[in-house]
Amino acid sequence: MAREVNWERNHDPVGIWNGRGKAALVARGHSPTDRRWDGESLDKSLGAFMMIAVQNALDDAGITIDDVDGIIGSAGGQGNGQPLSDVWGPRPYFDAPYDSEDGLTHVTGQWLRQQMGFKNLRYINNHGDPVWNLIGQASQAIADGRAEVVVVTYPNGNLPGRYHQDPSNQARGPAVWPNTWGWGLSGQGFTFNQYCQKYGTNHDRMAPFVVQERKNGLLWEHSYYAQHEPGEFTEEDYLNGRMIARDLSIFDCDRPVLAAAAYVMVSADRAKDMKQKPVYILDHTESQFSPRSLVQTIDDTEEWTDIQAQRSYNGSGLKPEDIDIFAPYDGFAVFTQYYIEAFGWRGVKRGEAHDFYAGDISLKGPNPLNSGGGNMGTGRMRTVFITDPLEQLQGRAGDRQVTTKAEVAVTHGVLPITAGTVVMSTSPD
Amino acid sequence: MARPIVPVPDPATQPFWDACNEGKLIVQYCSVCDRRQFPPEAACRDCGFNFHLTWQETSGRAKIVGYSITYDSRLVQWHPLQPFLNVIVALEEDPVINFHTNLIDDFGTNLSEEPDIPIGATCEVQFVEAEPGRMIPEWKLVK
Repeated sequence: MAREVNWERNHDPVGIWNGRGKAALVARGHSPTDRRWDGESLDKSLGAFMMIAVQNALDDAGITIDDVDGIIGSAGGQGNGQPLSDVWGPRPYFDAPYDSEDGLTHVTGQWLRQQMGFKNLRYINNHGDPVWNLIGQASQAIADGRAEVVVVTYPNGNLPGRYHQDPSNQARGPAVWPNTWGWGLSGQGFTFNQYCQKYGTNHDRMAPFVVQERKNGLLWEHSYYAQHEPGEFTEEDYLNGRMIARDLSIFDCDRPVLAAAAYVMVSADRAKDMKQKPVYILDHTESQFSPRSLVQTIDDTEEWTDIQAQRSYNGSGLKPEDIDIFAPYDGFAVFTQYYIEAFGWRGVKRGEAHDFYAGDISLKGPNPLNSGGGNMGTGRMRTVFITDPLEQLQGRAGDRQVTTKAEVAVTHGVLPITAGTVVMSTSPD
Repeated sequence: MARPIVPVPDPATQPFWDACNEGKLIVQYCSVCDRRQFPPEAACRDCGFNFHLTWQETSGRAKIVGYSITYDSRLVQWHPLQPFLNVIVALEEDPVINFHTNLIDDFGTNLSEEPDIPIGATCEVQFVEAEPGRMIPEWKLVK
């Protein structure tokens, strides 16, 4: 196996990426999407779903397992690489291959190799997260010659019970600062509250954005809502959402789901042999910040997102007007405005995102924001942020296909404090 | 008054909690970088060294910079107090340094309607007992 290297492009000045156009994203595969795993049905475990997604991605690319020489993925079943087993385990196990957490609630490349019979792997890495960073890591591995045909895996799990509940009456380590004062999602509520005060706006002005994302998501066959709750979601629904932490309502929080996705990424040379049109990676950049003090403020948020947006522009050599498809993360819906304003997509400046939402952001309009529906429209799987830009640039987004030009895409996530940005293009140049 | 969740000190934070028990609000200070640091860490976040990191007492006076109200917490022990107020205050002598507070005495539990939180108002630190022998800082409005 190839030795791991520091692959992130996270120090300024990053300069134009020397791997520009050397790696391409060519295919995607998805599992079914469920709300939760029941803890019993082995054909619906995260491992089973991951194998379905990998096979679908290979079929989409027109290759076999024997063509693959790298697997890069997130083993963790939940955001930030935290294994579900840390949250809900331990449990009684089953017969092999489901005799440990691996395959049930997280999925390593080693487990996939054993179960699916990969024979020609020379590079496996399970440590990446979130999905933007995985695409960046795979792009770098291919550009550096450590692998030529890479499968990127992204499982996202959800088990019975309420999400991320912490029953402890003591706080230790970094948790002493939020937990002693009951601080949790209030952090996002606080920052958004500061944003609203700074720019004279309010929570209700988010409604057109979230409603549009739900509409877009219903047109993506892998969306949780398309598969399980295909009804219309209205502005009235949004405005009546119960508050979780002011000013963050239940409809600003993505719904945890059980799903897996896989992507095939290849060298530019191999891209010519694939069944699907290649989408080249022009740049990847990453960042990791720290708050100036205890609590992340709107000033922190705007400074970090400005730095990462500029880093991406410096790395790709592009300007805001070059971006056709823009997919900024929305795991909390209030994130998206920070990203749009930082990247200046469609000329949006600080404090103008809610005005932008009030305009035409529909799929067939001039500003088709998050044409895949984001997490709000699909569930908390994050992979629509890769699949939709890919399909838009390949011209196979079906009913979601935008009517504006779709040659360059930028996808960005996850948090303001830790981010990855990937720039894709129909051309390697 | 017992609190739903109590902090357990570790080597990096023990001096802070000890000072709270003595009625003092202290933060770290790096004399090389000339900057205060909170929450406490093993080294200065800017220069990466601990050689010049000391503890500095603060005035305890702060201004309200924002708030949130929690209706559905991930912290089970806080559920009986929902909805509850979370306020962020910034130190008067160094507004970069901020703290959590619940402003318990000032706004209590009457959060069914939009509370009139006076952004920018001055507060002063007080210390409340989270459990016997463990004081934590809270803030109250200067009226």
